[in-house]
Amino acid sequence: MTAAAAPSRFRRPRRENGGDDSGVSARRWFTPWLLIAPGGLWLLIFFVFPLFSLGRLSLQDGGLSNYSTVISDNSTVIIRTFVYATISTLAAIIIGYPLAYVIATKGGKYKNLFLALVILPFFVTYLVRTLSWKILLFDNGPVVGILQSVGILNDSQGILGSPFAVVAALTYNFLPFMVLPIYVSLEKLDHRLLDAAADLYSSPARAFRKITLRLSLPGLFAGTLLTFIPAAGDFVNSELLGSDRTVMIGQIIEKNFGKEFFRPELSALSFMLMAMILVGVIVYARLLGTEEIA
Amino acid sequence: MNPPNWLRAIGRVSLWVWAVLGLLFLFTPILVTVIFSFNEPTGKYNYIWNKFSLSGWTDPFRYPELTDALIFSLKIAVVVTAIATVLGTLMGLAMVKYKFRAKGMIGAILILPLTMPEIVLGFSLLTLFVSINWSRGFITIVIAQVMFSVSYVATTVRARIRGFDWRLEEASLDLGASSFRTFRKITLPLIAPGVVAAAMLTFALSLDDFIITYLNSGLDNTFPIQIWNMKRSKVPVQINVFSTALLIISVILAITVVVGGNRRTRKLAGLTADSGASVSS
Repeated sequence: MTAAAAPSRFRRPRRENGGDDSGVSARRWFTPWLLIAPGGLWLLIFFVFPLFSLGRLSLQDGGLSNYSTVISDNSTVIIRTFVYATISTLAAIIIGYPLAYVIATKGGKYKNLFLALVILPFFVTYLVRTLSWKILLFDNGPVVGILQSVGILNDSQGILGSPFAVVAALTYNFLPFMVLPIYVSLEKLDHRLLDAAADLYSSPARAFRKITLRLSLPGLFAGTLLTFIPAAGDFVNSELLGSDRTVMIGQIIEKNFGKEFFRPELSALSFMLMAMILVGVIVYARLLGTEEIA
Repeated sequence: MNPPNWLRAIGRVSLWVWAVLGLLFLFTPILVTVIFSFNEPTGKYNYIWNKFSLSGWTDPFRYPELTDALIFSLKIAVVVTAIATVLGTLMGLAMVKYKFRAKGMIGAILILPLTMPEIVLGFSLLTLFVSINWSRGFITIVIAQVMFSVSYVATTVRARIRGFDWRLEEASLDLGASSFRTFRKITLPLIAPGVVAAAMLTFALSLDDFIITYLNSGLDNTFPIQIWNMKRSKVPVQINVFSTALLIISVILAITVVVGGNRRTRKLAGLTADSGASVSS
């Protein structure tokens, strides 16, 4: 914005600008645009424009009634999708926050090893990771065996095909996206703040709530988005580990995308998924008050 | 006001136990992938442990469709990494080094693909390809993957080069170096660790991606798509063999690059005011 306000500053010879430490060099105004153009055009043509045309397509033939048709036809699936995504996000917070906290504040010399273990799942393809969950949860597999011997499951009961299997795998698959942003925000935390709180007679719990948790909210926010959004749009976990009772929105799109005639409704469904997620994100940001912090 | 010491000790121990359980949760499926590459399944599905066998490892190319798909995936990953790294790095550089009109909007367009469900990205791109009658295959897969990778590269590069002292470039120019020499001797070494990290991330994302790629692949099969198509007829042990091999290669590669990168960064640390500025690797 400063550039727009004072363009003449940027035409000065290089030398006179030497003391400026704003990171802005004395270059011509179009240099940044030359750098942006290739990638920017790519995003404009293959990301922004398709989204617009998807929105337009979703209104074809029936107009807004496409949306009401799609919503009334799939209400159970839509609600189920958001319930699954919410539960797996909450589970990812419950598992991920303490993990990120321990790595950031108590990791010591093992910090990098712990981080490597968190990133390790990315080195095995998503689909294969999910297949490994199928192995783990298979009838007569280790998890079912343990749950049967403890008495949570009957000897005849399995896990595959149940909502639990789908939610557990969703949680697993996106957990690193929860841990890493929280870790980054906790890592930046100035520990002198906690010392100061202790000096001023704050209890550790209060110091955690008022300082650690508060300062890690941006990380928690980012982690929640990075977990909730892919979970809400997923069809792999439910397809591989679920059953007819666990169908999610993504599966409906996946099953029908080859059929030309279904397109307007299908576009409406995907556009609605995006819109609902956007609304969720905005509400969540308000609740968390992230605008002030971030 | 402060809880008694024994309570705090219990708290500390249970925090550690919980964290270790979390790591186990992340680690176990990977371990299962590796272990089941040594299985000899009774039927066509490698889901239940039968007995130890090296048959998968001695005959890794038994299913040519799987091998071809893996090679196809690697080709795509190379092309996507090359294109996305260049485009994303340029954008990241522009975002860090310059102030310009509409910078906020560009930043938003860069972040947006990361905050959108893959199925929406993939499906909207597919409707574009269908509407202009473009048949799906290698090129559309590359286009789709570069689309989301550019954002990752730009974001990574941006985070890692923020806070560098760009006056070094001006010093170099003032001292008579050509702009090409300045780029090669100053700019490139400065941004190299960030660019390498971004390139590795892109390569991994490209191999990993399923949803967007699947929607825009047509009849061409990447490794994940081939597994998806096979899953109703067979899930052979070779899937685990290839995945384990890729895992081992990536871990070795990551360690080499991170260790090498650290050494490089330390060497450059004397040159720059703030060479760290990064946590992720």
